[in-house]
Amino acid sequence: MTDLPAPEKRVWLRHPSLRIGAVASLVFLLVGFVSIAWVPYPIEVINVGAAMQDPSPAHWLGTDHLGRDMLSMIMKGTLTSFVVAAIAVAIGALIGVPLGLAAAAWGGPAEWFILRVNDFLFAFPALIIAILITTIFGPSAINAMIAVGIFNIPVFARVARGGALSLKTLDYVGAARLAGMGPIEIARRHILPNIASLIIVQATIQLALGILAEASLSYVGLGTQPPATSLGLMLKDAQTYALLKPSLALIPGITIILIVVALNLAGDGLRDQLDPKLRRLGGARGAA
Amino acid sequence: MIRFALTKFLGLAATLLVAAAITFAALDILPGDPARFILGINATPDAVAALREQLGLDAPALQRFFGWIGGMFVGDFGLSYTQGQPVGQLIAGRLGVTIPLTVIAMILSAGIGLPIGILAARRRGSFADAGLMVLAQLGVAIPNFWFGMLLVLLFSVTLRWLPPGGFVPWGENPFAAFASLILPSIALALPQAAILARVMRTALVDVQGSDYIRTARAKGLTLSEAVWKHGVRNAMLPVLTILGLQFAYLVAGTVIVENVFYLPGLGRLIFDAISARDLILVRSSVIILVLAVIGTMFLTDLAYAWVDPRLRSRKAE
Repeated sequence: MTDLPAPEKRVWLRHPSLRIGAVASLVFLLVGFVSIAWVPYPIEVINVGAAMQDPSPAHWLGTDHLGRDMLSMIMKGTLTSFVVAAIAVAIGALIGVPLGLAAAAWGGPAEWFILRVNDFLFAFPALIIAILITTIFGPSAINAMIAVGIFNIPVFARVARGGALSLKTLDYVGAARLAGMGPIEIARRHILPNIASLIIVQATIQLALGILAEASLSYVGLGTQPPATSLGLMLKDAQTYALLKPSLALIPGITIILIVVALNLAGDGLRDQLDPKLRRLGGARGAA
Repeated sequence: MIRFALTKFLGLAATLLVAAAITFAALDILPGDPARFILGINATPDAVAALREQLGLDAPALQRFFGWIGGMFVGDFGLSYTQGQPVGQLIAGRLGVTIPLTVIAMILSAGIGLPIGILAARRRGSFADAGLMVLAQLGVAIPNFWFGMLLVLLFSVTLRWLPPGGFVPWGENPFAAFASLILPSIALALPQAAILARVMRTALVDVQGSDYIRTARAKGLTLSEAVWKHGVRNAMLPVLTILGLQFAYLVAGTVIVENVFYLPGLGRLIFDAISARDLILVRSSVIILVLAVIGTMFLTDLAYAWVDPRLRSRKAE
């Protein structure tokens, strides 16, 4: 992450899409975190008498079909969506990156095996994994994290392997090997710090995908369960009432879009800044 | 080419077998006895044991696993104990919705995404390019099921042009059946079209700087002739990969979008099976989904090798 010389850092922040994306992502993240400590109204309290109100000074975004404050729901939902997506990214990176590094470092049968496992995982869209996990353990937000996390593993493994292979031939890696460092030590000391930026870019993009995937899974009932809420679960509830009150569907949907656009802008901008050649890799996505 | 295809096919078969084994093992460790489920809680232990034997549930796991695999080869997917019908029949009935939906969505997304990508690349840096790419950025971020809800609000509720959901069987009224798939396929196609547009644009922009385009220009072709005759075909290579991947994810996407439009497709079948804990049905439906995904990737590999001869000689990575 810190392999860039200092002067470039300022250029970094001058990149417009990166700046807009990063600031907007942080704002949403902050909104989510605030909801841990404070929301305008508790979302567990149902007040049918106050159902489906229009936006007002008391309820900035109105209320839902159970009279819950939409702003509070969005705040809590944003947090859930971020947490699910972030843990899925962590699962993917923590397993995928070492796998990718190992494949690049060892080569031979180990690499072949890891690549096959990778291909295999790639054939399982998060949805299929979520279906299996839900059948076994019942629906929960944890399912969504695991399902999207497993989906993320081959993505990170691929990025880490690609990055490591391009570094492997460099002189300082050869020098480290001559100095007697083992492959694990080299990967940790020399390869990992240099591919960290690649991984961070990928993490940003997978975070956006994870938020979309969480929404899909919760929408079909395989993810977050009430009384907790997530942006996807809000859309599931909204479907029944969308005819009566379209804003119930519009507000969570637009929130999802804004978060995903913000994260993608940040990711794309970061990637352009780090390595223009990588731009062509963008696009292969789709999680649920 | 035949060797390449054969290697890839063996890979496909191995992947499927492992996937089937994992699915089988995962669902087999579950508590709950189908025989008891069918007979109800008041059944005598003898009756349960007899039914278990009849269903083949008392056999060792390995034997049941290969029985299941062998059965699928001859179209026998087992019997759904909640619906009392052969699973194969249930799935086949649903594919009449899911497959056309996926195919229409694929055609739409290629038909929208590729021209937009080409247009943006040819007018690179222009106002139109910027506008189209902003749209693509938005398209990538829109959840397909949510877009489906908006389409229903606009085209079904407000304008009353198309049905808001449900499905008329093909045999009854093919036009009505097609009409009920229009909105769902648009909902599915939009995010994919946005991705395709971005990939197509990037691929073409890369190609425009290549030597052979310069040579074609030197021979007297205009830039757009050169790009059209030489560039698009080469740029199609990365696009083809994405198309294959997308088809695979479209299949998964249908499962979700079917919920928005109350379509009786594979997705509904799976969710009903999950809530009824009909493991035999879940197991076979999951394998069908996996087969669709892996099969598509296999065909993409073949198409890729066919288009790009360089790949055939290179060992598959």
